[in-house]
Amino acid sequence: MAKRIDVQDLDIFYGDFKAVEGVNLSVEPRSVTAFIGPSGCGKSTVLRTLNRMHEVIPGGRVQGKVLLDDEDLYAASMDPVVVRRTVGMVFQRPNPFPTMSIADNVAAGLRLNGVKDKKTLNEVVEKSLKGANLWNEVKDRLDKPGAGLSGGQQQRLCIARAIAVQPQVLLMDEPCSALDPISTLAIEDLIHELKDSFTVVIVTHNMQQAARVSDQTAFFNLKATGQPGHLIEIDDTKTIFNNPTEKATEDYISGRFG
Amino acid sequence: MSSITGVALPEETPSGGQPKPLDADRASTGRLGDRIFGGAALGSGLLIVVIVTLVAIFLLAQAVPALSKDHANFLTSTSWVTSQPMAFGIAQLLWTTVASSVVALLFAVPFAVAIALFLTQYAPAWLARPAAGLIDLLAAVPSIVFGLWGGFIVAPKWAPIQHFLSDTLGWIPLFKPTAGITGGNTIFFVGIILAIMILPIITALSREVFAQTPTTHKEGALALGATKWEMVRTAVLPFGRPGVISASMLGLGRALGETIAVMMIISGLPNGAKWTWSLFNGGATFASKIASDASEFSGGLSTGAYIAAGLVLFILTFVVNAIARIIIERRKDFSE
Repeated sequence: MAKRIDVQDLDIFYGDFKAVEGVNLSVEPRSVTAFIGPSGCGKSTVLRTLNRMHEVIPGGRVQGKVLLDDEDLYAASMDPVVVRRTVGMVFQRPNPFPTMSIADNVAAGLRLNGVKDKKTLNEVVEKSLKGANLWNEVKDRLDKPGAGLSGGQQQRLCIARAIAVQPQVLLMDEPCSALDPISTLAIEDLIHELKDSFTVVIVTHNMQQAARVSDQTAFFNLKATGQPGHLIEIDDTKTIFNNPTEKATEDYISGRFG
Repeated sequence: MSSITGVALPEETPSGGQPKPLDADRASTGRLGDRIFGGAALGSGLLIVVIVTLVAIFLLAQAVPALSKDHANFLTSTSWVTSQPMAFGIAQLLWTTVASSVVALLFAVPFAVAIALFLTQYAPAWLARPAAGLIDLLAAVPSIVFGLWGGFIVAPKWAPIQHFLSDTLGWIPLFKPTAGITGGNTIFFVGIILAIMILPIITALSREVFAQTPTTHKEGALALGATKWEMVRTAVLPFGRPGVISASMLGLGRALGETIAVMMIISGLPNGAKWTWSLFNGGATFASKIASDASEFSGGLSTGAYIAAGLVLFILTFVVNAIARIIIERRKDFSE
């Protein structure tokens, strides 16, 4: 249950402002793709178009195609709610629902889908928390509030919540930027395991992280200040970090700018 | 760490264990500005405690002599005779006050929450602002205007609806028709007018808390594949719940104490009629009773009877606020 993503000639707008221009890329099923680039280059924006979260922002709209196994996510007949149930997302800051217990947080997505059976819910909660490497830490306090966990645990709780609905693709928007190094390591280990079942796309500011977790890397940059961001190049992570085609990529990863 | 509206501070500190402000920062308590400000703040805080205490003492001191001469049971009697020998009780006043206010809440809270949700989550910006202003304007209408409008314009139009209700639901004691009451000036109708009067404050406060729902919570719900209404239910409503409770209690406080509008609308118990549980009956609330009889206060013991009634209203408001606190505290762990 993992699908392939194809982005074709994608332009992304905020109202009249064109934020990102002409993105073409493909992501293989059961692989990890990292988006890197300087702040404001549009990598998070591109990520949010992959599950139609971009249009949640007033004025947000796109032109072009995003295909999930040849199905256009932006086709007129496509319901954004269905897209988001297929393509899950983990955010920069851990955002468990503060009024819900740990178990209810994980079960939230299933409840939205109308699953009411207690036994099913309990099984999925356990499976998802195990899948997010959190089960052993929280199994004795599933009825306690999710907001009482540490930042790293909260982020893994959010990952458990996202994978509980068994999405095809998992998007992660700088999932470790609010976490300490130990928690970051826990999440990175988890991403390696998630790859076996999901297609993962991760935005990161940390180039070592991109090198550690991803199979392919996409480098985004602005053409110039005030100009839209665009995709400079996308290739195997090894190639990008050792022998990039574009000069700009080499400058960025070697720390000469950005 | 939660304010009166129950909204947690934006910092994502785990709940509990926060040091008090003074323990945390002793840095500059010696400077003149700090001393003046600290003194003024302390003074204001003490002053309000002193005022509340004095009000309570005044009410008690005036009520006790009259209560000691009361020949009826003060809590359970429905009679109200303040000439010698005095026989007065608050049962009827308490019922009318609580019943009309509860009816007001039952109507006002769902409406207010719906309006607040519409303004913060659904309405486009160009509509939300003027609409919110319009509702706030409703709060600026003086209660005497509501009294006039309710009593003389709306009540006659309400009467047929009330007849229909008492015809169909009359077998329930609460909706039993009362002999001698023909117009619409009943407890139930007072509740409806009170609902309109407390709607703006509940709406305004609910709007504030709903608007503060963190974007991350809303996006979290949407990213799970929630529809707009499901997002409101999983993220916005739970976040705003303590605030809505506080707002409702503030509204309830206003409804309990509303005087002039109630006095103008409600008709007295029909002559010789006995008090009943029916909401389609006349009567008087604490506040309207005290106000309508104020001209007859002759000082001394008979005034004391009214002050005793006022004391009960005072305690009632305290209890309502305490209940609201308890409800909010009980689920504090789950509100960040």
